[in-house]
Amino acid sequence: MIEFRRVGKRYPGGGNDAVADLEFRIDRGDLVVVGGHSGAGKSTLLKMIPAIERPTVGAVLVEGQNVGALRPSALPFLRRNIGLVFQDQKLLFDRNAFENVMLPLAIAGFPHREAGRRVFAALDKVGLGDRERAMPSALSGGEQQRLAIARAVVHRPALLLADEPTAHLDPETAAAVGGIFLDFHRVGVTVLVATYDRSLFPGARRLDLDHGRLRG
Amino acid sequence: MTALARWIAGHRSAAREAVRRLAYAPLNASLAILAMAVSLALPAIGQMLLGNALGLAEQVAPTLEISLFLSPDAGRPAAEQVRRRLGAHPGIKGIRFLPREETLARMKGAAGLGEVIDALPRNPFPDAFTVRPADTAPAAMDALAAELRRLPQVEHVQLDSAWTRRLDALLRLGRLGILLLAGLLGLGVVAIAFSTARLQVSTRTAEIELSRLLGATDAFVRRPFLWAGALQGLLAGLAALAVVAAVTFWLRGPLAEAASLYGLEWQLRGPAAGDAATVLTAAAALGWLGTALSLRRFLANT
Repeated sequence: MIEFRRVGKRYPGGGNDAVADLEFRIDRGDLVVVGGHSGAGKSTLLKMIPAIERPTVGAVLVEGQNVGALRPSALPFLRRNIGLVFQDQKLLFDRNAFENVMLPLAIAGFPHREAGRRVFAALDKVGLGDRERAMPSALSGGEQQRLAIARAVVHRPALLLADEPTAHLDPETAAAVGGIFLDFHRVGVTVLVATYDRSLFPGARRLDLDHGRLRG
Repeated sequence: MTALARWIAGHRSAAREAVRRLAYAPLNASLAILAMAVSLALPAIGQMLLGNALGLAEQVAPTLEISLFLSPDAGRPAAEQVRRRLGAHPGIKGIRFLPREETLARMKGAAGLGEVIDALPRNPFPDAFTVRPADTAPAAMDALAAELRRLPQVEHVQLDSAWTRRLDALLRLGRLGILLLAGLLGLGVVAIAFSTARLQVSTRTAEIELSRLLGATDAFVRRPFLWAGALQGLLAGLAALAVVAAVTFWLRGPLAEAASLYGLEWQLRGPAAGDAATVLTAAAALGWLGTALSLRRFLANT
């Protein structure tokens, strides 16, 4: 499903490679945890899959397609098939929970009624079924993270990418959020999580980064 | 789901979002609409006044009529035949018959002419018609006069085309002035829509960035802004028409009174339905255009 072929990335003005010589393959239905210290290149690795960042060398293939070579006009259609949970969540604070989760469906052009059904289903799945009218600022940190997950899965993507989804959460909430990802993995979604806390994802395959390179 | 259904759903959702965005900052939206409305109202008032001036000119200028003088030998049956032909002509809006006896009586009544006319052995005046053409453009009036000259028993056709040419030149100048004014102020509307869109974009950068990360195309990003621009333009158009209606209401009484002093029955009329539709369409289009230019610049730079 995903293949990294000797991928390297150096940011303009950056002295060192953010990642280098990355070579691995992730199959459909895998649960993969990307680990490593802060600045090891976990976020860069994740961002190259939906072509938010493009590799300086090498190729990233998603479903056999070299995403680094895609034209800008083709990127939206790649990204609509991926669920993204961002490190900073990127919630819209002038929209309520329902409207935040609705956004990917509006982008994909779903009819309003069908989209509404899916939004309620996604909110139920993450335990926010009764908070659809709540503004993000009225939600706790854990609830905000679950809202971000609901937005990432509402369009039922085959691939879910999450960047530090449990950072800043207390252990109990982090375990609950981790459990949600495990649930999605159980129903066949390919899940790739960048995290410092691997214990939340038992049985996951590990990709450990050290200064931008895969360890071991 | 078909592509068309998706397209319609996308536009419906964008229109709802546009209304939401305008309602989110009502003061900003109202001020922009007000500025656009003032720019639109000026040429709309000019166009309305010009249309009314044309109506007034038709009353003031008797020479927008063509006079036909029949041969003095033509009898009343011949005059009746001419009247029927004039009445059936599509280019003629109205006709008036002036019998030679009536002309004689009127001339006798004129100061100092009574004795002279009494001394004449017979009535020297012919039967005559005055004709009001449907099209008062100089070329059309010339063509009609030429056609009327060819009618049997018509001896002379009189048309003061110099006056109609002067009037036409003045009206053309007025139209050109309004066109220039509309062009300049239309640019102003585009500039206002451009700035408003830029302000809206700057407050929604995070949302635009997120939408793109989630797979939004540039068209998806543009759509609610374009709807908002067109909607603002449309509301400004409606406000401009309200201004024109208010001006018409306030001026109608005094202008009718002034006209009556000159023996004219004339009332200021509001803009015609076609002119109002033009104002609304142009306003929405200009709002859309200013927004599109602004977004084009923003999307090209991000």
